[in-house]
Amino acid sequence: MFSSALIVFRETLEAALFVGIIAAATRQIAGRARWLNAGIGAGVLGALVLALLAERMAAWNEGTGQDMANIAILGLALVMLVWHSLSSATQGRQMALEARELGSAVEQGQRPPWALFVATALAVLREGAETVLFVSGSITGPDSPAGATVLLSCVLGLAAGAAVGALVYFGLSRFSLRGLFNATNVLIAFLAASIASQLAKALAQAGLLERWTTPLWDSSALVASDSAMGTLLHALLGYDARPSGVQVASYAAVLLLILVGARWARVRREPPKPRAFPRP
Amino acid sequence: MQRIRLALIALPLSSLLALWAAPSGAAELEFTLTLRNHRFEPAEFKLPAGQRVKLLVHNQDGTPEEFESHSLNREKVVPGGAKVAIYVGPLKPGRYTFFGEYNPATAQGVIVVD
Repeated sequence: MFSSALIVFRETLEAALFVGIIAAATRQIAGRARWLNAGIGAGVLGALVLALLAERMAAWNEGTGQDMANIAILGLALVMLVWHSLSSATQGRQMALEARELGSAVEQGQRPPWALFVATALAVLREGAETVLFVSGSITGPDSPAGATVLLSCVLGLAAGAAVGALVYFGLSRFSLRGLFNATNVLIAFLAASIASQLAKALAQAGLLERWTTPLWDSSALVASDSAMGTLLHALLGYDARPSGVQVASYAAVLLLILVGARWARVRREPPKPRAFPRP
Repeated sequence: MQRIRLALIALPLSSLLALWAAPSGAAELEFTLTLRNHRFEPAEFKLPAGQRVKLLVHNQDGTPEEFESHSLNREKVVPGGAKVAIYVGPLKPGRYTFFGEYNPATAQGVIVVD
């Protein structure tokens, strides 16, 4: 029973951390609880559908159907997070300008960052589908334990995962609004990089990438992927004990894209200042 | 102007990326692994080093399993009765353990690469 609770916990953790970070990032937005709940609800529904389709999907495309679904989900989540990161850089600038001009709170009238809610739904969908498959497998198996035991371990695992997500949320909520904005932006950039790395891994697993697929290093002696620390680092920063070259490259590329892109967007939106050199 | 500059950067970059990602067209190696009664068959087998291999995992049990290997850096759910493909490698010589995450007590195996 403990082992199945642990599996559910592991699958839940990543989605729960994701939800915790996004909940903190959108703290100042009016009505965000409704959006966030809708995202989680859509993710759970999608997970059920995906799990139902799993058997049929597995055979698609010469046995890589599941990877294809995974690639689509990860790709969309990556686009959402990168788009949000780049657009929030300009928005943050505008927010600060408006606040200075109006001298009032900026909480009201801010558009909900729907890209973040879509990404949340996708995270819940991806992790949820595996949980549903595992739990349904343990209930229907011939040598399965009683349904109540499975249900209890499932609830335990879910609760433990949600607790870690809540911990991250309340930890982040202690920041001031400005500090929170910066902290969540950095965390979202790392989430995006992590998704890029997972996308590269899924592409290699499906046979769509065949270069740089050999692990670059092995740090499993230091922090094993399946250890508590490794699981947490994976969920937060995308840690992988044996990353392939293409994983490292895409991780770095997305991180760089967001950092440089956000900087570029910020500079562009700034009111014109006298320049030492005329721009070409 | 900005857009033209962007296109000037994006075009050669994307064509380079396409060239890099293009399949080499080398002959493909396949290996079939069966899951029965939550055990892998064969539980130990050999694969050549330096070559990408298409692992076919056939789950003959009625319940789903997750093929997982930390050393291969692969994980994939195999629904009951399904046959899925997992590309691994090119691998360096060594021993690579794998297991079924849903039934780790029995579903254990190792790939020997030389």
